[in-house]
Amino acid sequence: MSAASGIWARRWQRLRGHRAGMASLILLAVLLLFVLADFPLEALTGIDPNEADLFARFDPPSWAHPLGMDEAGRDVLLRLMVGGQVSLLVGVLATLLGGVIGIAVGVAAGFWGGRLDALLMRFTDGMIALPLLPLLIVLGAVDLTKIGFSSEFAHSGAAGFWRIVVIIALVDWTAIARLVRASTLQIRERDYIRAARAAGAGAWDIIATHILPNIATPIIVAFTLTVGRVILFESVLSFLGFGVVPPTPSWGNMLNNAQELVTTAPLLAIYPGALIFLVVMAVNFLGDGLQHAFDPRSEHQE
Amino acid sequence: MNRFILRRLLQSALVLLVMSFVIYGLIGLMPGDPLDVMVASVPGVTPEQIARLRAIYGLDQPLMLRYFHWLMAALQGDLGYSRSHSVPVLAVLAPALWTTCKLMLISFVIAVAFSFVLGITAALKPGGWLDGVISLVAFAGISVPVFWLALMMILVFAVELHWLPASGGSTVGDGSFVDQFRHMVMPVTTLALATTGGFTRFVRASMIETLRADHIRTARAKGNPPSRVVLVHALRNAMIPVLTVMALSFGSLFSGALLTETMFAQPGMGKLIYDAILSNDFNLALSGLLFATLITLLANLAADLAYAWLDPRIKL
Repeated sequence: MSAASGIWARRWQRLRGHRAGMASLILLAVLLLFVLADFPLEALTGIDPNEADLFARFDPPSWAHPLGMDEAGRDVLLRLMVGGQVSLLVGVLATLLGGVIGIAVGVAAGFWGGRLDALLMRFTDGMIALPLLPLLIVLGAVDLTKIGFSSEFAHSGAAGFWRIVVIIALVDWTAIARLVRASTLQIRERDYIRAARAAGAGAWDIIATHILPNIATPIIVAFTLTVGRVILFESVLSFLGFGVVPPTPSWGNMLNNAQELVTTAPLLAIYPGALIFLVVMAVNFLGDGLQHAFDPRSEHQE
Repeated sequence: MNRFILRRLLQSALVLLVMSFVIYGLIGLMPGDPLDVMVASVPGVTPEQIARLRAIYGLDQPLMLRYFHWLMAALQGDLGYSRSHSVPVLAVLAPALWTTCKLMLISFVIAVAFSFVLGITAALKPGGWLDGVISLVAFAGISVPVFWLALMMILVFAVELHWLPASGGSTVGDGSFVDQFRHMVMPVTTLALATTGGFTRFVRASMIETLRADHIRTARAKGNPPSRVVLVHALRNAMIPVLTVMALSFGSLFSGALLTETMFAQPGMGKLIYDAILSNDFNLALSGLLFATLITLLANLAADLAYAWLDPRIKL
């Protein structure tokens, strides 16, 4: 246990030495506090971010509404916070779900090899080749009632949320699958795994206790980068109207009317996009920092 | 050589076939039904009549059978009629395909050129201030939502400065080269900016890796000038993985083109597919998506061939 905490302490040290990575970590923490500030703020002011007031459309900033009102007369600041919660949650959940698919495919291909490997990797390559956005739009347009969901559920906000999590996970698992396969192949024939095999450990045992923990670091880096990509996918889909549907805000769908807003109220078109940009940028830099921190070679470079 | 190409061609054809079935199935799951428009324009249609119409158009047959009929027709070049444009699908697709390929290729070439310059510069002194600046720019390119970048370009260059037209492929009544060029500046810049970021990271990583290799040390030791070492000895080797990754990114380039076209109202494939899905134009959406898949598959094939051609260790 002490050895394990030792290596994580060293990694933490290396991450702290990575300026961009640390700055991103702090920025992400600040942004997380920002989107969570919605809860105390709503309780304190009693303003409902979904309540429209057509007499307050495009109201300029005031003390009660520091960023003013949007095209439907809703509080922009609160909607940015709630929208951020939705966007970030989609990012994390879809990454985890896609990660599970990717790890399953990658471990299966790398560990058992042979024909299964060939089949799974051809499939993965086929997926990688596809233009994902048009595919996501079609998946986003699927009528849920046609695949057996009740009409009531299909039109609820929850369906919109889970649909986007699931469809992004369905198309964005390939990078992780390839990475996991490559890492599994690298360690499959190592002595400690042969020893475990010789000692009679089953396949699942070996995967759970020897393979997964030893390929954890590249997976963590890949997960980080995936979160950034997923947030971009979510924003695009919601912007085009195939993702999170209003009244639930997300940073993407707050830009729904952006083309019209750019001329009438440019700030409304700037805020959500700038936040997406900031978050994804921070996530990518953090991924870079983690890669640096997890790479034992980087210690000698300093 | 020929066997390698043949195998890759067969693989691509197989992927296209599988994709056509998947997309065919998914399109059928979109809201609405090919009969909706027909029925909506005739008041007082009875359910029996609708059922008879469904039988006439073969909509009551099982999915596999309908797909098979569609596939047979498609193989003979008949992709059906576009409902929203009222012309054969190919008549709408062909010009759009040209617009999109133009946008993608120009952006691609610009992105490749810039990324090589930036990536090599950054790799010369990893960790230096220039590397830091270039990394920041590259990460910005990777992280920016393309549609929002397009929006900001419109805001600055069309709305505020009035320098460039915000949308369309050309001004009505003025199809001159200069006019078309002015309409392409913003879409191409947007797509190229978004693409350069990722490419720069690839070039940088590959260059750093190559510059550490033994043959580079030998080349330096032999007294070659540094510029020759970098541009000849290192670049050639660093290019191999980079070109592959670049060609493999045609899928995401197409996704970017879809957004760029939609934002700038360019009459290309991306906008066509998007509008077709919104207006339930099933035939057009299906064919458009398949063509998009075909373009990426061809790009990947080209990447494989280029890879084999550049790396003498790979025997075709």
